[in-house]
Amino acid sequence: MSERPDNLAVSENILVAKNIKKYFPIHKGFFLRHVGDVKAVDDVSLTVRKGETLGLVGESGCGKSTLGRTLIRLYEPTSGQIEFEHKNFLDASGSELRAARKDIQMIFQDPYASLDPRMTVGQIIEQPFVIHNILGPAERKARVQQLLELVGLRPSHINRYPHEFSGGQRQRISIARAIALDPKLIICDEPVSALDVSIQAQILNLLKDLQERLQLTYIFISHDLSVIEHVCDRVAVMYLGRIVEVTSREELFKNPHHPYTHALLGSIPSIGTGKKKMTKILTGEIPSPINPPSGCSFHPRCPYKQDKCVTERPELTGEPGHQAACHYKLNSTTQKELS
Amino acid sequence: MEPVLKVRDLETTFFLKTGPFRAVNRISYDIGKGETLGIVGESGCGKSVTSFSLMQLVATPGKITHGSAILTAPGMGSVDLVQQTPTQMESIRGGKMAMIFQEPMTALNPVLTIGYQMDEQIQKHLKYNAKDSRDRAIEMLQLVGIPSAAERYASYPHHLSGGMRQRAMIAMALSCNPIMLIADEPTTALDVTIQAQILELFQGLQEKMNMSVQFITHDLGVISEVSDNVLVMYGGQMCEKGNTQDVLTSPRHPYTAALIDSRPRIGVHSKRLKTIEGSVPAPHELPIGCPFATRCARVKTECWTNKPPMTSFTNSSGREQSVACFNPVPA
Repeated sequence: MSERPDNLAVSENILVAKNIKKYFPIHKGFFLRHVGDVKAVDDVSLTVRKGETLGLVGESGCGKSTLGRTLIRLYEPTSGQIEFEHKNFLDASGSELRAARKDIQMIFQDPYASLDPRMTVGQIIEQPFVIHNILGPAERKARVQQLLELVGLRPSHINRYPHEFSGGQRQRISIARAIALDPKLIICDEPVSALDVSIQAQILNLLKDLQERLQLTYIFISHDLSVIEHVCDRVAVMYLGRIVEVTSREELFKNPHHPYTHALLGSIPSIGTGKKKMTKILTGEIPSPINPPSGCSFHPRCPYKQDKCVTERPELTGEPGHQAACHYKLNSTTQKELS
Repeated sequence: MEPVLKVRDLETTFFLKTGPFRAVNRISYDIGKGETLGIVGESGCGKSVTSFSLMQLVATPGKITHGSAILTAPGMGSVDLVQQTPTQMESIRGGKMAMIFQEPMTALNPVLTIGYQMDEQIQKHLKYNAKDSRDRAIEMLQLVGIPSAAERYASYPHHLSGGMRQRAMIAMALSCNPIMLIADEPTTALDVTIQAQILELFQGLQEKMNMSVQFITHDLGVISEVSDNVLVMYGGQMCEKGNTQDVLTSPRHPYTAALIDSRPRIGVHSKRLKTIEGSVPAPHELPIGCPFATRCARVKTECWTNKPPMTSFTNSSGREQSVACFNPVPA
């Protein structure tokens, strides 16, 4: 089933994050007293293997983007450890951090906001070289033209401004900028959610092609399960700042263990089922990450809630290939009862 | 039976500095009693402008330049929405015909309470007094599943979450018993689990109130689950029209087919997605003939010069389907 066995066979870890927490403090009153924290990412551990695409999926406010940004140290984590290529990434500073950042790049969701409107495409894509002081001006230009071609734009577009491009083309510019320094890991934060379906398909194909050509590793953040299913090798499902399930793509879609994953899969509208009554609808909404519910944070919405779920927080457990944070994991019989 | 809404050759033109641009180019459709028509297409295809035209909400430099839209409602007879004066339109908007917008935060007034905004409408259209309209507003908020509705009546929009705000919008739109509802991407800004809740609520209410709905979305999955009939638009024009399941399972227009194919689908794992090459042409770059000609895989020479007319045929399910294409996908 695996599409890139050559890459995946070498299951070397490129990034290991342990017990990452990112709390945003809330200050109130005249003296700006510290009154609480938004626990955006709460004790998350994950490993990313070389050459794979790891999906982070969840609804808005689940902490998937914060986690992505914390992993690349756009946000400093409140606590935890990050190892990138077996080196401590959190302690790195100055030139060391700069060198490591060369290898980790990011693609953002909104191609209208992530490109400086006053810079030409050439200047935008050249920036990484300027910042890291690589190549001379003439070589940079040649490289930028190469990159434009690589992402499916015309090299002659080099002197145009972002507003002259459509959303899909702008996302291609973002991608060219991200791959400029031959990074090893790219964090894609909802790279296609602002695009139309037909353009989305073009960008997804481009990301796949580049991954093969340049041996890239992706962390792919998305709320869209059908996109996740298309691009990812492994998927981590997040809910309220925590990972509730992590497994291979096949397992997740065939055999979800966590009731939240199950509900998420059941909520996707699909073609061909006809006008129907949806049956497996989750009630309620995501609780506030300031005061998350006791025990399992999903218990107020969970259809199988037991007493234990209210008092005791479940840890991520299970076989190495399929872990879920639930006291009463779903299996094939419980799933049948459900549907 | 007379359809509730009968749109004929509707044309809306934006008079831009670069020249006139037809955002909606002669489209026609019917929506029957209790029926849902889905309008689907990508950004810029004219699906939202169509709805705004019906409500006479098109902003300058846009103008309805041709066609008619006949709304038939009990107690009102048949009126052509295109010909209504602004004052006449005020009594239809929010009354017989209501609209739900995509972004509930921008569509609601942030400095007025939910209750105030609902009362305003109920008092205008149903001529209720203050007490009755308050009762009606709270009843509607309960109907759409907002907990502690009496408290929420006094809340401001920012007190509510995205899903709750959209529920409040629905309550507001339905408070005067409209016979026709236009929903413009009502779930696009919401998470999937909340979207599922809202769609279910929507369908339940539609059945209960026997409303006709024009449902606009770019999501083919949502269209498939909510609509009876579908209209596919591209570049301001109609591509294909018919029963939703017929069109989605057996599309005849190359654009509809490509749109369905470019969607990643769960369970159907392919290495590459099929794409539609290029992007939607800019207004002044649209070909004289079929708007899709620049990206079409089945393009013929006449497509560049002639506009394909909407042609009806009876499909294999024995229902009417129409397609605007000289070289349609074989059934």
